[in-house]
Amino acid sequence: MDLFLDQLANGVSNGVIYAAVALSLVIIYRTTGLLNFAQGEMALFSACITWWLTERGLGVWFALLISVALAFVGGALLERLLIRPVMRTKNPLNVVIVTLGLFLGVNALAALIFIKPGAEAPIMPELFPDEIVLGPLHADGPMLGLGLLLAATCLVLWALLQKTKLGLALRGVASNADSAALVGIKPGQMLMIGWGLSAALGAIAGTAAASTASNGAFDTSLMQQVLVYAFAAAALGGFDSLLGAVVGGLVVGIANSLTVQYVHALEGIELVLPFGLILAVLLVRPNGLFGRNIVERV
Amino acid sequence: MGASAPSRSMLLLRIVAGVALAVVALILPFTNNPENNQIFSQVLYLAIAAMGLNLLTGFNGQVSIGHGAFFGLGAFTTAKLMTDQGMSFELTIAIAAVLAAVLGVLVGFPALRVKGSYLALITLGLSVLFPIVTKRFIKGPGGVPFLQPKRSDFDSLITGLDRDQYAYFVCLLLLVALFAAAWSLVHSRAGRAMIAVRDQEIAASTVGVNVARVKVATFALSAAYAGVAGSLSVMVDGGADASNVLLYFQKSIEFLIAVVIGGTATISGPLLGAALLTFIRRRTSETEAMAPALLGAALIAVVFVLPDGIVGGLRRLVARVRPMVDHDPEGDATPDAATPSPTPSPS
Amino acid sequence: MSLLELRGVSGGYGPVNVLEGIDLVVEEGEVAVILGANGAGKTTTLRAICGMLDDTTGEVLFDGRDVIGSSTPEIARAGVAHVPQGRGTFGDLTVDENLRLGAIARRDPGIDADLGRWYETFPRLAERRAQLAGSMSGGEQQMLAIARALMGRPRLLLLDEPSLGLAPLITRDVFEHLGEINRTEGLTMLVVEQNAGLALEIAQRGYVLETGRIVLGGPADQLALDEDVRKAYLGF
Repeated sequence: MDLFLDQLANGVSNGVIYAAVALSLVIIYRTTGLLNFAQGEMALFSACITWWLTERGLGVWFALLISVALAFVGGALLERLLIRPVMRTKNPLNVVIVTLGLFLGVNALAALIFIKPGAEAPIMPELFPDEIVLGPLHADGPMLGLGLLLAATCLVLWALLQKTKLGLALRGVASNADSAALVGIKPGQMLMIGWGLSAALGAIAGTAAASTASNGAFDTSLMQQVLVYAFAAAALGGFDSLLGAVVGGLVVGIANSLTVQYVHALEGIELVLPFGLILAVLLVRPNGLFGRNIVERV
Repeated sequence: MGASAPSRSMLLLRIVAGVALAVVALILPFTNNPENNQIFSQVLYLAIAAMGLNLLTGFNGQVSIGHGAFFGLGAFTTAKLMTDQGMSFELTIAIAAVLAAVLGVLVGFPALRVKGSYLALITLGLSVLFPIVTKRFIKGPGGVPFLQPKRSDFDSLITGLDRDQYAYFVCLLLLVALFAAAWSLVHSRAGRAMIAVRDQEIAASTVGVNVARVKVATFALSAAYAGVAGSLSVMVDGGADASNVLLYFQKSIEFLIAVVIGGTATISGPLLGAALLTFIRRRTSETEAMAPALLGAALIAVVFVLPDGIVGGLRRLVARVRPMVDHDPEGDATPDAATPSPTPSPS
Repeated sequence: MSLLELRGVSGGYGPVNVLEGIDLVVEEGEVAVILGANGAGKTTTLRAICGMLDDTTGEVLFDGRDVIGSSTPEIARAGVAHVPQGRGTFGDLTVDENLRLGAIARRDPGIDADLGRWYETFPRLAERRAQLAGSMSGGEQQMLAIARALMGRPRLLLLDEPSLGLAPLITRDVFEHLGEINRTEGLTMLVVEQNAGLALEIAQRGYVLETGRIVLGGPADQLALDEDVRKAYLGF
């Protein structure tokens, strides 16, 4: 039973990270209609920035805050400088190629700047204590902390999208870009903000992923598997559903860690699971569990 | 075909260039050391895989980041048959091609239901899963997923050729055969159907093209090319390796880069792209991280600067220069302005 | 000065030119209608006014200022509202959100009051304010599109085939609303319409468009008496 609970906690912690990356994928999908294969590497780069700031003596939370802000700016610039001109060519191959180019380029950049080969692996300070004690209750620190972090992030995102004019404009562009222009919204601005938001979420996910990696030590492959699981989560929830991304992330995280523990036939090939899931969802129910309509109520 | 007929001087130029290229290709392995010959052979098999991907992505419009898996399947088929069955290398190439084509069909069917980025995602899964699954089921010496046939198994079948020279010529022969096959395919009825499916899927189906069959068949053929390339890689590089989880994903991206840099939907593009890619990789091999950084940058730059690749860029250059060159008195009166860019499809 | 004036406007999509030098005038406070067969360039004319074409030449004077080269959002913010063909509602947002999006460029405090006012004018929308726009009938969506345009407090309302796909009774309802809004608000409108009879009823001015050119223009009541117009667009 303890083992089961441990695996569950582990699954939730991973699931939170998958959910955060899936959310960032969904935001970009809904605003630009593309799958961003570079999302994980962008998150890695942000994680590196957080780490670099902590090395300069900043507290990890403060460093994260700065990293999130920088990621927002970086994401917006990427949209403006790289993505938009390519989207204009209306060639899906070009768009895929540019995000793959970003995947390679950003990963390599992180290696060149932060994670030099041969040098000691960077170590991300812990975001949460190992154990949180509340009176008689003992809780797994990373699980509870990450869960709360995700909940807080979702709350901010929800409030932004549902309760502000900016959020309304963002959703308008995602819903119908032409009509959005006709009511005076500049779609380009909204796309930049969408990419910025997505990258900012990625910074949270990347930092969280690094801090929960083995003793906080991470390398340039940090986000590659995470991205695969996040894609599975997004596919499961429906690529256009924010709620679906969160639910999908948690389901995938928990399912994965229970599979690792209890299904020995899949030992070493656990990655078959998320891809099988992606394939199954895309073929059987392309809109995912939360496709269209329901998503709007998030 | 269909395009403006090349003027006499252009035709002459093409023939001269072709002959020169053939002569260089034949002399090359005799004037270089084995190490260089290995690099040339790598260019050739990379070009074959890229051509396979080009048939699918360039001519048929299906994006794949999964061709590394077909390549890997070809490599492991050859390595396994050679080490376990003692089969001769040349025979395994055909089997590798068939097995890759079968896997291509298996992927091609679900691919019918998804498009663009989604297809990229599914095929991405294929290339990420390939080494993981292989690792599980293939155990070489020492338990690592690395199969290495004896070097003597690759001995030259032609007296007078060293092993590296022989490998080069096997690659060259297959390259010429497969590129010629690709050329005649895209200029045939079937090839026009492939292109029609890419450009106007619905229109193609209304004029009687069986879209599903064309797509799956293209997937299979394209996978077979990659399988052959993987098979050749065992001879050139000495083994099949799945110890690096991301190796075949990286291969997939390399193929894509070769196609895109060279020029999608062209015949010579994959070869040019493969050569350039290998050159970039050699140049940057000292610093481990530089190569992918440059590749990533190159990939993005190509989309921006040369959206139709090197071949497209050259064509535009020729189209611009040709009126200045062509002063044939008897003049075929080239009605130029033969714009190489495809006319935008009416929306 | 006219509120809207087009002088020799040409343009189209990519290399294809649809408009071959359009000249037309819409005075402040009036309803003008553009008649024409399919493919004559009616929709393209409206799109040219809103800066939605790849390349437009000539002059589009809105309130005396040439807006060619301005982006669609800029033109919208200058006071031109456009109800596109097919209505262009935000299908997966609610009715309420659609209307608030109509007012997104406004900075004044009167938005809630306007919302109440248009809900009063279109009670069907009030009943369905929490419903997704995409789930409503064509007529309701047309009302929503018009109300959304009005939420922006435009000075000029462009309507592209408001009757398209609607039952005759509902079409009549839409045009009655439009006529009334023009009378009570003095809102200037430029309407593209196949249903010439209804459109000419509420219009003060009319134009006939053929293959990218204005071939006829004048007061709506005179146009309605013109023999060619009657034959081609009124069916008698």
